[in-house]
Amino acid sequence: MAHFEKANSVGEWLDQRLAVNKLMKVMMTEYWIPKNINFLWAMGVVLMTMFTVLLISGIFLLMYYKPDTKLAFDSVNYTIMQEVYFGWLWRHMHAVAASVVFLVIYIHMFTAIYYGSYKRGREMIWISGMLLFVTFSAEAFSGYMLPWGQMSYWAAQVITNLFGGIPFIGDELVIWIRGNFYVADSTLTRFFMLHVLLLPLVIMGIIGLHFYSLRIPHVNNQEGEEIDFDAEAEKYKAGQKKESKVIPFWPVFLSKDLFVMGVFMIFYFYLVFYHYNFAMDPINFDPANPMKTPAHIYPEWYFLWSYEVLRGFFFDVGPIAAMDIGLAAFGIANVIFFLMPVLDRSPVVKPAHKRGPFFIWFWILVVDMIVLTIWGKLPPTGINAWIGFFATIVFLVSLLVALPAITKKEAERAGGAA
Amino acid sequence: MADQGRRDFIGMVFGGVAAVGGVASLYAMKRTWDPLPSVMAAGFTTVDLSPMKEGEFRTVQWRGKPIFILKKSKEMKKCDDRDLMVGNEDYLIAIGLCTHLGCIPAWEADKQIFKCACHGGEFDACGVNTFGPPPRPLDIPPFKIEGTKLVLGEEGPEYKKLVGKA
Ligand code: FES
Repeated sequence: MAHFEKANSVGEWLDQRLAVNKLMKVMMTEYWIPKNINFLWAMGVVLMTMFTVLLISGIFLLMYYKPDTKLAFDSVNYTIMQEVYFGWLWRHMHAVAASVVFLVIYIHMFTAIYYGSYKRGREMIWISGMLLFVTFSAEAFSGYMLPWGQMSYWAAQVITNLFGGIPFIGDELVIWIRGNFYVADSTLTRFFMLHVLLLPLVIMGIIGLHFYSLRIPHVNNQEGEEIDFDAEAEKYKAGQKKESKVIPFWPVFLSKDLFVMGVFMIFYFYLVFYHYNFAMDPINFDPANPMKTPAHIYPEWYFLWSYEVLRGFFFDVGPIAAMDIGLAAFGIANVIFFLMPVLDRSPVVKPAHKRGPFFIWFWILVVDMIVLTIWGKLPPTGINAWIGFFATIVFLVSLLVALPAITKKEAERAGGAA
Repeated sequence: MADQGRRDFIGMVFGGVAAVGGVASLYAMKRTWDPLPSVMAAGFTTVDLSPMKEGEFRTVQWRGKPIFILKKSKEMKKCDDRDLMVGNEDYLIAIGLCTHLGCIPAWEADKQIFKCACHGGEFDACGVNTFGPPPRPLDIPPFKIEGTKLVLGEEGPEYKKLVGKA
């Protein structure tokens, strides 16, 4: 049996049993962060904060929300919004956080792409991050449905209908997912379960994986420089703080993160109190009606780009129906970013502005996704349909063709130079 | 060596037991999400067609979906392969969900078309897509004819004939 000395303090008592000192070192005071990273690297901590805000506000909403098609709409729009003290605050915090979390995720993602943080040993960081993006999307969608307004209802109708495009089992699959022949009570209750239990659990698990995946390759930096973390950490511990290229996560680095977070939280609460409406679709203040569709259906802003890819092909190509091409393109759009570490064939880890053609490629992609997002909300008729079509083509070509080509050239050049 | 063989054997037995248990629980989970018996039983709707006037358009609800019924007048476009004949009367029966993204198109009697406001899709009086993004004609719901009554939810011979041809 292990031998324990009498402890002289609570801290010591815990340390003997749980090795808290060691844990603190590994997790915080001796978790090394490169010095040359900018505010964009604070997005991870911002996301963690937003997730916590969602969790807490969600718990308070959960106490009054009723997952029943007859009661859901009123439990949100009457009970929570009018009766519950500060119910409106939780709802607006939840809705706004659900929306801005995607803004931050996109910034986080594109920072990683810009600085090449998905390669040279950091592939798992990227993949686990993309898994988080996908589960967050499912979480957002299942939550959007719960107030049972018109837009919620028809969003659920359209999204569940998409599974009908899967060959052979499609039609049956749609009925199975809905638990009925149409989007009904069974659909609401199972999405409720997904939203409040299963998906949050999965998300927390993947967050753990995402953090852990950072531990061994360490975080990238602004120059893409390869740092010998052990040697630099020794320097820091020996007191050469100036010369060392790294700093400990706690308390040195976190102070910078906290500053960025403070600024972000001011912006966030400004939205919560003065502009919460942007996260609420006016159509969703009509109760769901399965017998009447709103004139124009569109998803929340953060799904618009992939929605536009889905709609981009509006004419048949030979024997293949436009709908099916759209579905396939949509499928590709949803998984393509997972493949970044493979599509980028170059070993060079450098910020995009030091990678020539990659820099141009990066900004074309960003602009194209903004175009897709804007046109995703416009009715796809006339010229709009064509813009959507070309933006879709640009999206697919830049990721599937241009990126491998550009980076292959770059790899050759890098090889030649060495 | 005998020991190793025994371990392998126990390993395989355990794998077998685990596989059976896994498959059984997956099946139970799958069934849990299936529509309930009460949902399945409520899947039938009966509509009496006899009071409908010529040229009249109605929407009934079946399995939560709108069903279009149009009793055609002499002037209206006919399609042998999509129209339902009850006696000498000619009807269009279709699920009223646009085959594009599932909006409900509106019947515009003056133009004799179904117009989908969502993305401008159009269907003619036979339910055939004539314009815009919808990829195929309006779907025909399974039905059966009992005298002048239309029973939605069961595949009768008339239905089989229609979709067999369509
Ligand atoms: S849903 Fe009818 S045209 Fe798009």
